[in-house]
Amino acid sequence: MTSPDARPTDDGEPRAPSEVMIRLAGVHKSFGPKRVLVGVDLEVVRGETFVIVGPSGTGKSCLLKLIVGLMAPEQGEVWLGKQRVDGATRQTLHEVRARVGYLFQSSALINWLDVGENVALPLTEHTRLRPFEIERRVDEYLAMVHLQPSKRQMPAELSGGQKRRAALARVLAGAPTVILYDEPTAGLDPVMTANISQLIRKVQRELGVTSILVTHDLPCAYEAGDRIAMVDGGKIVFQATAAEFQKTDHPAVRHFLNGGRPPIGGKS
Amino acid sequence: MTRFFAFLGETIERAVLGAGETVELLFESTLYVRHAWKRRRFLLDQLYTCGIRPLPVVLVVALFTGMILALQTGIELERFGATERIASIIGLGLCREMGPFMTALILTASVGAGMAAELGTMKVSEEIDALEIMSIEPASFLVMPRLVAMSVLAPLLTLVTDVVGVLGGCLVSATRLRISPETYMNHVVDSLSSTLTIFDLPKDLYTGLTKAFVFGVIIATVGCAAGLKASGGAIGVGRATRTAVIQSFLLVIVVGYYLTSFFYT
Repeated sequence: MTSPDARPTDDGEPRAPSEVMIRLAGVHKSFGPKRVLVGVDLEVVRGETFVIVGPSGTGKSCLLKLIVGLMAPEQGEVWLGKQRVDGATRQTLHEVRARVGYLFQSSALINWLDVGENVALPLTEHTRLRPFEIERRVDEYLAMVHLQPSKRQMPAELSGGQKRRAALARVLAGAPTVILYDEPTAGLDPVMTANISQLIRKVQRELGVTSILVTHDLPCAYEAGDRIAMVDGGKIVFQATAAEFQKTDHPAVRHFLNGGRPPIGGKS
Repeated sequence: MTRFFAFLGETIERAVLGAGETVELLFESTLYVRHAWKRRRFLLDQLYTCGIRPLPVVLVVALFTGMILALQTGIELERFGATERIASIIGLGLCREMGPFMTALILTASVGAGMAAELGTMKVSEEIDALEIMSIEPASFLVMPRLVAMSVLAPLLTLVTDVVGVLGGCLVSATRLRISPETYMNHVVDSLSSTLTIFDLPKDLYTGLTKAFVFGVIIATVGCAAGLKASGGAIGVGRATRTAVIQSFLLVIVVGYYLTSFFYT
């Protein structure tokens, strides 16, 4: 498996020494009798896009919620930078979350605010910017996701892809250093999926954010990801660069990539 | 048998924890009243939702409550030749008990249920999680405007119920019991001003308005708390709404009794 530091940047320059931005160590999480995560260890370095794939119900979204403290692990440690998230005080959680943007699968736009107001929310709540400056920034973020014409539309009037892009603009307005994407392309057509994948890549390149992307969508994972990890049976069973991931013979990965079918010419 | 006691224990523990969380939400939201100016737009939205929308129902219910009270009481009083007492009975009954209680029931069924459903839907569609991740406290952003709006509007709507109920009684008294509106209104004013006053408000009126304020706080807090605890999609939202209505009804009746007992004994 290639270390994320060994690979050159997109410009061909050698990478700076890695700094672990997100670390999970021996994390266990259950829902009632169902054990979802069984000792997950994970490290994501600054500036990389780390993709998590795996079958449904294996705790991928749960991992993201643990990182922002929306859930607490029964066992193990969760770190974001130098701050420990599990068992953190409300103040620490505020500090951690101020650096994190979270793109929900459902977009989670506030349904009684229009798109512009949704994007402006982090700015109106946490900055002392004047209204015209907030408007200017909202326009910038909406332009970045190609959604400026929908600024005064309500979330209910948007398509699935437009909602995701509006939610991404809201995430960017919070100026995060870490972005967590939970199934950003679920339910979208192939064109919109490619569009969102490119946006994720663009955000990572232009803003240098560290990202974790949970997805079932392999083209999106290959397009946006630096490293890809496979979660199965409550653990990370394999992780590698996008190129290595596609070529690996790891049985669980091959099973997942082949959609549960045996490979052509292979044994069942 | 062991299972039964385990179930009983769990149920009691859940109820106590739930009550504790609701009280905590109330205190937390009260502390955020200092954000009221910053959230004035949401506050105005809530003043409209809690005050203007239920107004037609409040007016109709108040009018007919006064009319029914006058009719039922009038029939009995006529047998004893004491129909002139009807104005006092309606005035005192509405201001002390019926006005705050009827208004609280209407607000529980319309506004409280609406709050639980709205916040419950936000909860199951991850909007509350999104707020938390943006470090926006739901207690400040969502609950405080609703709490302030209800604590202001419940007494005002109760006042409307009192006035319209008395007018409804006046209508029936004039048409069915042959009591002139002047006599009726004079009796109402006399009966109310016969009690102690604070800031020129008769005791029967200010105790009723105090009750309405407490009921408003209860309905908003219970509705929001139930909504914020919703889980499990549409079924969870339905459950939260039902819980909010039942708990608010029960609390309004129980707290109403103790407030009456506090003010009148």
